[in-house]
Amino acid sequence: MGDHHHGPAKGLTRWFFTTNHKDIGTMYLWFSFAMFILGGSFAMIIRAELFQPGMQLIEPAFFNQMTTLHGLIMVFGAIMPSFVGLANWMIPMMIGAPDMALPRMNNWSFWILPPTFLLLASTLFVEGGAPAFGWTFYAPLSTTYAPPSVTFFIFSVHILGLSSIMGSINIIATVMNMRAPGMTYMKMPLFVWTWLITAFLLVAVMPVLAGAVTMMLMDIHFGTSFFSAAGGGDPVLFQHIFWFFGHPEVYIIILPAFGVVSQIIPAFSRKQLFGYDSMVYATASIAFLSFIVWAHHMYTVGMPVAGELFFMYATMLIAVPTGVKVFNWVSTMWRGAMTFETPMLFSIGFLILFTIGGFTGLMLSIAPADFQYHDSYFVVAHFHYVMVAGAVFSMTAAVYYWLPKWCGKMYNETMGKTHFWISFIGFNLAFFPQHFVGLAGMPRRIPDYALQFADFNMMSSIGAFIYGASQIMFLYNVIATIVSGTPTSEEKVWDGAEGLEWSIPTPAPYHTFETPPMVR
Amino acid sequence: MCFKAKRLYQLALGPVLMLMTLLSAGAWGSDAEVMTASTVNMPAGVTAVGQSIYDLHMIILWICVVIGLLVFGVMFYSIYYHRKSRGVTPATFHESTQVEIAWTVVPFIILVVMAVPATKTLLEVYNFDDSELDIVVTGYQWKWKYEYLDETQENVSFFSNLRTPQSEIYNTEAKGQHYLLEVDEPLVIPVDTKVRFLVTANDVIHSWWVPDLAVKKDAIPGFINETWTLATKEGVYRGQCAELCGKDHGFMPIVVNVVSKEAYADWLAVKQKDAAEIKQLMAQNFSLAEQMERGKSVYDRSCLACHGANGEGGVGTAIAGSAVATGDVSGHLEIGINGVPGTAMQAFGGQLNDVDMAAVITYQRNAFGNNMGDVVQPIDVFNHKKG
Repeated sequence: MGDHHHGPAKGLTRWFFTTNHKDIGTMYLWFSFAMFILGGSFAMIIRAELFQPGMQLIEPAFFNQMTTLHGLIMVFGAIMPSFVGLANWMIPMMIGAPDMALPRMNNWSFWILPPTFLLLASTLFVEGGAPAFGWTFYAPLSTTYAPPSVTFFIFSVHILGLSSIMGSINIIATVMNMRAPGMTYMKMPLFVWTWLITAFLLVAVMPVLAGAVTMMLMDIHFGTSFFSAAGGGDPVLFQHIFWFFGHPEVYIIILPAFGVVSQIIPAFSRKQLFGYDSMVYATASIAFLSFIVWAHHMYTVGMPVAGELFFMYATMLIAVPTGVKVFNWVSTMWRGAMTFETPMLFSIGFLILFTIGGFTGLMLSIAPADFQYHDSYFVVAHFHYVMVAGAVFSMTAAVYYWLPKWCGKMYNETMGKTHFWISFIGFNLAFFPQHFVGLAGMPRRIPDYALQFADFNMMSSIGAFIYGASQIMFLYNVIATIVSGTPTSEEKVWDGAEGLEWSIPTPAPYHTFETPPMVR
Repeated sequence: MCFKAKRLYQLALGPVLMLMTLLSAGAWGSDAEVMTASTVNMPAGVTAVGQSIYDLHMIILWICVVIGLLVFGVMFYSIYYHRKSRGVTPATFHESTQVEIAWTVVPFIILVVMAVPATKTLLEVYNFDDSELDIVVTGYQWKWKYEYLDETQENVSFFSNLRTPQSEIYNTEAKGQHYLLEVDEPLVIPVDTKVRFLVTANDVIHSWWVPDLAVKKDAIPGFINETWTLATKEGVYRGQCAELCGKDHGFMPIVVNVVSKEAYADWLAVKQKDAAEIKQLMAQNFSLAEQMERGKSVYDRSCLACHGANGEGGVGTAIAGSAVATGDVSGHLEIGINGVPGTAMQAFGGQLNDVDMAAVITYQRNAFGNNMGDVVQPIDVFNHKKG
């Protein structure tokens, strides 16, 4: 057919009606970056208020809205869509497919996101304010005692759950049906593997979250008492349901990050990944374990001791497959021939800081010790080490790694490295001291604190501002690359990179692999 | 070449500095016996359980530090020696069943070793037997209520509110030493006594956390959780609510005075005498002057923060000349006892005894120019509550 090799449509309709995986991936990535900046600016407000003891800038009620929206937007608006965007761009190119299996659904799963987050952010301007019950929205604070905007919040969660489920079905369908001839499961790049497993996790747990918020909706508007003890319900039930979603959710965030790092470290070590099979099995084990450890978020709710023991042992076990992954990455670097371009720096940053976050995770798994750590800043430090230095660092690494392939231009390496160092220093300055204040007794989610926590909080705020500012540099570098980067047409931008995506022309044409490649 | 080496040195610097901080935190921690208020580490506190938890925490921390040093050591060795700029050619090895079995089995064994003391400590924490004193701890938005259960005497019960004034919070006055960690009436418990806490909540979920007593338990409406402590050293121990519970989550501290058994007995006797007195007062009638005097002290303690020293209002509505305070008595009682749902006006019916409630209602109706002339008696409050 004559129009078979058409390029993108012109104007805005290109973006509204597109079914092209690269366009949709691009939109996901830009959207998630916008959300990252929005959620980040909420974090800046939080850290500005916590700069010194005393209430200076905002009121406690607004502070709670900020912590809530910061968490929700970062988890659901920034990190998750960013990896979906990456999956859209890379999975078809990595498995030799022409596009995603369900392109129209792909369009829809993206386009329902922006209105959803607009709705969520609009609650800041309604009477009673935005949701102020934390991103974990424990009942009854989020039901009986919630502001009216909670209904908008519930609607948002429903829609973004829908978006995630559609995105996941698409990824599963693509990976299962559209692999190039010869691309057996055990030849798939690890990024594809980790996303396949992630997609199954998403399909399994997003409906659970939808169930939880639906029960909230019923409690608030239709007179049920799922979570109200006064009506025979159970507030702890909410936490069980939430964390049955919530724990797999944190692996949904981190598994694709593992995939990214497993692509980048071998490329810049110029050496094959040490144990491909064991990486796949470790990922699958982590996914399985994620379903049976949820109550380690709830050690202090008053579970029977047998329950505490079960969840403690199961949680400790996660250290084994996670350890396998870290050892694998280090062995991949061992006796390689390494260079340290920006993607590699961010991956090494990931490796170090994620490992530290893993250690604190292991400490938190110990139930009796958790009686002291629980809901303190130690926990805040822990999950920022795995979420920011884990997921966000690897995402940043991914952007630097594949950007030249996407747009056919090289980013500014010096600026990229500077971005890394400022991020790395800012991040650690922001979050390392939080371990100390947490151990010394500072609870999380408080707008003001006792005087003995003042020094570390000030350090933390300064670090957060530095980390926040470094993202402007990132944005500038990416835009400058797209607009005026040094053009490159090398298929293999990085000499050590492996995979089908490096066998196609640079920049990647609008349509790739219309004829499937043969994989040996 | 030299430039590269410098960059690598920088690459190594970050983690090394962090590990050093971590190590020094550990070292400070072990000196912490003298200074209970460490600002960098978990307090061992003043209980045997707290000491076990602290020891457990330090064991795991050191295991993590050692593993971290090994992993990062190998990594930085590799980063330094296995660089392309040193002219190395990459090796091609991959997959080794022996190595992979080793790095699965060895961590597993380490975990088992960790699980032993962890289980032991957990069972210790869960041993609620033989408590000598039971105290019900109830979380409210945003204060704590303590009730001493006693089968023979009058139960002693009181609320414990943040004492830090708004002026310190909003930076118009210098902050005191125990800023945000001070209350109007602390919990008092005897030393060397196993005290059981029955923890619950009245509205949303709170969490009762006192690090030095190694106690953290969620206070959940409709549930009663158990926890306990056995303090071995007298002193004042401070904590905070640990579960997000709304606007003033950061402003509901906990202060526990651990005192000698004798001092505790004396304190309790006084409290019980007060409680008995209140019970007696319930049956009495008071004159306007008596009610005004008692009412003013209750007002200053419970109403002033929101309604102003002269009833002029603030967070709350004005009381001077208000429709409620100059209207029907039962309407006034209703708001005082049950509050106004959805506003900052709480239900004080459970917080003030009937004597104080009657006095403060009387006071509000007759002070600030509201010269209503009526006197509310404790029996009126009692009857209103009965409905």
